[in-house]
Amino acid sequence: MGATLFVLLLFVVVCAVLGYKIIAAVPPLLHTPLMSGMNALSGITLLVALAALRTQEPGAFSWYVALAAIVLAMINVTGGYWVTERMLRMFKSDNGGGDDK
Amino acid sequence: MMPVFFDYIFPSALVPAFLYGIYLMQSPRTALRGNRIGALCMFVAVALAFGQYRLFEEPAAWAAMVVGGGIGLFLAQRAGTIRMPQLVALFNGVGGAASALVILACLGTLSGETGWFGWFVSALALAVGSITFSGSMVAALKLEGRIPSPPLSFRKQTFLVRWMLYSIGALAVLAVIDNSLVVLYAVVACSLLYGVLLAMRVGGADMPVIISFLNSLSGVAASVSGIALGNMLAAGVGALVGVAGMILTQIMCRAMNRDLLTVLGGFSTYKASSETVETEVASTDDAAPKPSMRLTADAIPAILREAGKVIIIPGYGMALSQAQQAVKDLMDALERGGKDVKVAVHPVAGRMPGHMHVLLAEVGVDYDKLFDMAKINHEFPDTDLVIAVGACDVMNPAATTAEGTPISGMPILKASEAKAVIVCNLNEKPGYSGVENTLYKEPHVITLWGDASETVPGLTAALTQHG
Repeated sequence: MGATLFVLLLFVVVCAVLGYKIIAAVPPLLHTPLMSGMNALSGITLLVALAALRTQEPGAFSWYVALAAIVLAMINVTGGYWVTERMLRMFKSDNGGGDDK
Repeated sequence: MMPVFFDYIFPSALVPAFLYGIYLMQSPRTALRGNRIGALCMFVAVALAFGQYRLFEEPAAWAAMVVGGGIGLFLAQRAGTIRMPQLVALFNGVGGAASALVILACLGTLSGETGWFGWFVSALALAVGSITFSGSMVAALKLEGRIPSPPLSFRKQTFLVRWMLYSIGALAVLAVIDNSLVVLYAVVACSLLYGVLLAMRVGGADMPVIISFLNSLSGVAASVSGIALGNMLAAGVGALVGVAGMILTQIMCRAMNRDLLTVLGGFSTYKASSETVETEVASTDDAAPKPSMRLTADAIPAILREAGKVIIIPGYGMALSQAQQAVKDLMDALERGGKDVKVAVHPVAGRMPGHMHVLLAEVGVDYDKLFDMAKINHEFPDTDLVIAVGACDVMNPAATTAEGTPISGMPILKASEAKAVIVCNLNEKPGYSGVENTLYKEPHVITLWGDASETVPGLTAALTQHG
């Protein structure tokens, strides 16, 4: 089932290194939206939860647990993205866009 | 061909797209696009997963998606910027719980033939997910004011916290050796308790550290659950979140002069208490200023009028008294008077990283006027006036002059180097650190005690009446 362990671990390391380079350059100005955006990304567990739902016997207790996991992961996905969207819309600058002066 | 596509090719292709979205978060001009690219990537990933697992005709899956999606949108739409830390804490916890539940749902597939690594990864995902969940719920309740915010610590707690951590490790090892599900449930129980103990002892201004840390853990939980169940994309993207949270935790710890273990584990080196810590600042007390030289509130209109360069320092007190709009009005009034106005933001001002920036952006303050400590600290000596609103510890000179206090060595905004300082704080009480602010006693500092949503408009009025 799924990718081999070696590939998985290698992939995690590559992601962590690339991620570190890119995320460390995000300015403090955007740290709150960064965090809420990361909330949305942690909803990636949704993929695992969907797989779990498929492998469990429908109606079994573990099947309901997988459903609960889908609900929770989905809260993160939509909630994280929407709150980040709302926040980022608030950030404004007069440079290039101001017309009142 | 198809398994290869779903298992390897599509995750390897989507992660660069996710990374590009985060890359665009490096500038406020492109951040909105970055967020939308991330959302699109997530949509593609979920749609492909629906195809891969043939879930399109599974009503239960759709129902769960709609319910979760609806709750998420509702929570995100309802939250104001002041309550953003609570919301992020809540989402951290929900993410941790989701990862732990996924592993719980798949425990039936674990057996004696799974091998030690499978058991170990499952135990790890359960532990991290559970700690994230219970810790975040406590943090969110504290931020919401439902639980007292000063660190709740009883005498034996430090011992207990460490002991809990060791027993989680021991139980995980036992689960691997024994291949026992019952032991895994014990791991969950201990982890939930550990999360509560961990978050209970962290309070007030230490919140940015624990929120960042839990943010990281929620990613680690997602990543480990991805590894446990062979999902490459979940493993990789979870790692991104883990790294982001870790970077922020590092920045927060450095800005408060703490190490992570001090905040989280109770491995503290100084005596943390809510009482006032005695500071020994010989210089300011000995050289008591002559009364005639001391600035008083009567001088405020003149100081405001004559200042050419003004720096505003906001703190969490500004959020508490809802004075953001008043600060924006004051900034506008000062700028109409032809003054150079900037805002200096300390990394740990507020209750989460970047909290002040969002609060001020909401009332329309231009983000080009917000400056980080490292960029603006050298400008204080040629600044005519500093106006602090609800900020205390982040500009307390005792951080550099006194030794043995919780803030000793903490980098501060050098407000005292300005020619004049007006402090609009609620009262003269010390900030969260409990260290008396020696700035208040300096002769060029005027203190206006009271609700900032009243004192700050007072400044605006003083400026406009005479201007």
